[in-house]
Amino acid sequence: MAPAPDHAVWFETTQDGDRWELRLGGAWTVTHIGAVDQAMRALHPAGATRARIDLGDVQALDTAGAWLVYRTRKALLGIGIETGLVGTTAAQTTLIEAIAKTDAPGPVAPPRPNALIAVLARMGAALEAALEEGRNLLGFLGVIVVTLGRTVRQPSRLRLTALVANMEQTGLNAIPIVSLISFLIGVVLAYQGVVQLRQFGAEIFTVNLVGVSVLREVGILLTAIVVAGRSGSAFTAQIGTMKINQEVDALQTLGLDVIEVLVLPRLLALVLTLPLLVFVADIMGLFGGALLTILLIDLSIPQYLKQLQEALTAWTFGVGMIKAPVFAFLIGMVGCYKGLKVSGSAESVGRLTTQSVVESIFLVIVFDAAFSILFSYIGV
Amino acid sequence: MAGAVCISVRGLVTRFGAKVIHDGLDLDVESGEILGLVGGSGTGKSVLMRTIIGLNRPAAGRITVFGRDMLRASPTERQALRQRWGVLFQDGALFSSLTVAENIEVPLKEWGGLPADLMDELAASKIALVGLPPDAGAKFPSELSGGMRKRAGLARALALDPEILFLDEPTAGLDPIAAATFDQLIRSLRDSLGLTVVMVTHDLDSLAAICDRIAVLVDQRMVVGTMPALPRHGHPWIQAYFHGPRGRAARNEPATVGA
Repeated sequence: MAPAPDHAVWFETTQDGDRWELRLGGAWTVTHIGAVDQAMRALHPAGATRARIDLGDVQALDTAGAWLVYRTRKALLGIGIETGLVGTTAAQTTLIEAIAKTDAPGPVAPPRPNALIAVLARMGAALEAALEEGRNLLGFLGVIVVTLGRTVRQPSRLRLTALVANMEQTGLNAIPIVSLISFLIGVVLAYQGVVQLRQFGAEIFTVNLVGVSVLREVGILLTAIVVAGRSGSAFTAQIGTMKINQEVDALQTLGLDVIEVLVLPRLLALVLTLPLLVFVADIMGLFGGALLTILLIDLSIPQYLKQLQEALTAWTFGVGMIKAPVFAFLIGMVGCYKGLKVSGSAESVGRLTTQSVVESIFLVIVFDAAFSILFSYIGV
Repeated sequence: MAGAVCISVRGLVTRFGAKVIHDGLDLDVESGEILGLVGGSGTGKSVLMRTIIGLNRPAAGRITVFGRDMLRASPTERQALRQRWGVLFQDGALFSSLTVAENIEVPLKEWGGLPADLMDELAASKIALVGLPPDAGAKFPSELSGGMRKRAGLARALALDPEILFLDEPTAGLDPIAAATFDQLIRSLRDSLGLTVVMVTHDLDSLAAICDRIAVLVDQRMVVGTMPALPRHGHPWIQAYFHGPRGRAARNEPATVGA
């Protein structure tokens, strides 16, 4: 590299027979040396046996610059050229000596396996994890049932305050959001129904469409999904945080039953309040549907109610309500289970909360499908 | 060793709601010294450090670092100043998704504009500088012990060759042997790299072993002195701190039997 004193960092080389000299100048600091790194690596004094590195013009030297000086000297020594440093201040000498001691290269990232093997290994690990998760959830269900049995025999063991507080949080406080969503979905369903059924002159059946779908499926599914996102995640986060703060350990050492104190009040609160929320969702969904149907197809309110009465049986409502406590149990169980699985860092709270929501919604939908098959089998 | 003042805090007032943490606090840090910052729990030692490095805005006062007024500096000036100091947070605050070496390369990538192989070399050099084994570079923070995480955090703080190093309780959570080696590491780094070190600590042994001066936070203000001089200060908290059994032990004073 040609000497360029106006540059922030520069070097020049001169050769006199077997004597080779490298003069450095400017600011040899971490923000500048990137410009000369490649050129310094490429230095190769042909025919020289002795070399000097002259730091006389160096205005600033930090650990990164010292590393470059050390590395260059090491490379020259490595090819049999006797190399000395000149023109260094006392502080620079100390720094270069300190850096010489840090020459211990190591890997930057762990070795990455072959991509195909990595994909297969991940698939295998995921399958194993899913199976183990299923087994653990079943085990957790067993523990809950046993604790529940004990609580039934000794009702005084039930934490009533916690139960009521959880009912307020998961039930009462969810009413506005559940109502609004059901109302809007009722409106959307009715609108789509009217537009499609009008092609056949059958827009009156919109009432049947909205009534049956809201009561049998939409009301319960939407409510369950909202509650999984709202309360299932909250259960995981609350219990998970207690786990991190070792509050769960403290409970155990004080001789309290974690399932009884933390899990049952939450689970029971959900099982008790979800059916009530589903009822609210049903009414609001029907109301939204009714509002739009009456507006769009010039139906009077008595006509609407008559049509609705013909479309529905008690079972239409019952099918939705039967599912509610089951879904509530699933959401509560997964939420609490994931919370108790938290370990180590705050980061695992976040990860398990996400898992809790995804898994409980997945289970809700799988069970909904199973219920559909069951109900069509028994003919309701 | 000590020289010009590189950090100067004047009339600092910090409030959280109605609670006054610092009330007209003054502090000078001299270039090349190791200053220990002590005080009871909740007196705002860490808050003071966070305020100096700009993570917390004070209600009033002046903070001057290298002659620049931190609170009135433009964003570019502040950014330039940030490159002149490194911070070690309590548990290292390493980015958990990156390996140790990649953690050290984060500031290099952002500010250095260096070729990848040189960054790897510098990262390896920093890893050795803080006394970690070479294979630690490829490990993730979760695979390291608390002491190793602190060393890795220190390596990252040193990546851009700062002139000032802020340490938040560097020896907290370490066993006494690891704490003593960490103290020695800080001192040898100060000597070889010419650093100025400001450390928040509870560790009396650290104070006695490596600090040139000690700043005590009492009654929302600073009392600054040296290890031999401070115990003679009249403030009851300082008396209790340095003349308690641990304070005596750290200063090699025999405990009065039965006291």
